[in-house]
Amino acid sequence: MADSSLRTDVVIIGAGPAGLFAVFELGLGDMKCHLVDILDRPGGQCAELYPEKPIYDIPAVPLCTGSELTARLLEQIHPFGPMFHLGQMVEHLEKTPEGLWCVTTNLGTVLEAPVVVVAAGGGSFVPKKPPLKGLETFEGTSVFYAVRSRETFRGKRLLIAGGGDSALDWALNLHPLAERITLVHRRDDFRAAPDSVAKMRALVAADGMDLVIGNLTALEGEGDRLTGASVTLASGNTPTVLPCDALLAFYGLTMKLGPVANFGLTLHEGLIPVETASFETALAGVFAIGDINTYPGKMKLILSAFHEAALMAKKAFAYVHPDRRYRFQYTTSSSDLQHKLGVTEGTAG
Amino acid sequence: MHVYCTDLEGTTHELLATEGWSVMEIIREGGLPILAQCGGSCACATCHVYVDPSWKAKLPEPNEEEVAMLDGTFEVTADSRLACQLFFTPALDGLRIALAKGSV
Repeated sequence: MADSSLRTDVVIIGAGPAGLFAVFELGLGDMKCHLVDILDRPGGQCAELYPEKPIYDIPAVPLCTGSELTARLLEQIHPFGPMFHLGQMVEHLEKTPEGLWCVTTNLGTVLEAPVVVVAAGGGSFVPKKPPLKGLETFEGTSVFYAVRSRETFRGKRLLIAGGGDSALDWALNLHPLAERITLVHRRDDFRAAPDSVAKMRALVAADGMDLVIGNLTALEGEGDRLTGASVTLASGNTPTVLPCDALLAFYGLTMKLGPVANFGLTLHEGLIPVETASFETALAGVFAIGDINTYPGKMKLILSAFHEAALMAKKAFAYVHPDRRYRFQYTTSSSDLQHKLGVTEGTAG
Repeated sequence: MHVYCTDLEGTTHELLATEGWSVMEIIREGGLPILAQCGGSCACATCHVYVDPSWKAKLPEPNEEEVAMLDGTFEVTADSRLACQLFFTPALDGLRIALAKGSV
């Protein structure tokens, strides 16, 4: 594994506001960063939960949306060239014989660094799973929460559950391949893009697709193969069994702590205890910033994460550059820092 | 003023209620587990509760956003609401709600 691993200064787990701003503070101290995030884009909760919601409590930014905040942070850290490993989840954190931290993801990315920063917020975003008995039996064979290969669904009787863009987009996309698509949604109103909804309704009207308004209540199958799903119709009729070979469930994402619980850190109510001079955890060289950490007085604000990132970076410097003396400087006046930011005095801003 | 909240085990808790607070905040500050992952911005559906039918008429109707957000949870009934969208007023003193599975 060591041959294919990437060596860097700092591995940041989580590319939300905390992880992104950490790149900035670490970058000022000449520390290169790699970030890992389970989402397919940076931003964390700002990208997934509230991209369009207004945020009013970022200092000196009276109003911005979640996606604007992410875009501005990406612009701010651009000079430091962070490397992103997106769409993957850190599964293991181990110490190497050389004394570095080794981080391994579910896609096999291996990163080694003297410092790891856990900026994982509320944990990993994972699909919401419908509370159906025996669901796990079918997962990966006939129950899916994402489409990895369209071919999986060729010639299948496919049930697609949900009323948002994912459900509608995949219903339309897989329609030419699948033998039959049945869309199941709890109400006859869809929050997906109006254009997709119109296309879906046209297909249903032309008998090219089925639309069932109701809730999934049970799964039926043989072994790990799904054969049907029971649906209680919203119209109040008795449950109907819809024969199917596969189910694609799109109910959105939820945050689960995930493998962070197995990193060897003693958690307190699902949060990582840190000391407040550097936000280092009980493991030397492993820091935790943002919503995932806990300490007396902690407030889960983006503001707090930014402060924590600055103090973390100072201590991280000692691990990454043990031979150098930490120099405290201001971006306003330091030509050294301005050089790192790619600006020269007087031209910034 | 109080809100009565039944947990998943069926135990009902008397929670101190403050005018202007959301029911999600009242539950959270009352020490009951409630995920409320988005922090109360009607963006995650992890503060799903069931309102006692006798109280439903006293609550304002859910807006379109709340109804749409309920798509992201399960076992939705006619009594389902998102607690972050219910704001407490003295007229709601004694409100009875129950936590839903996806919220804890």
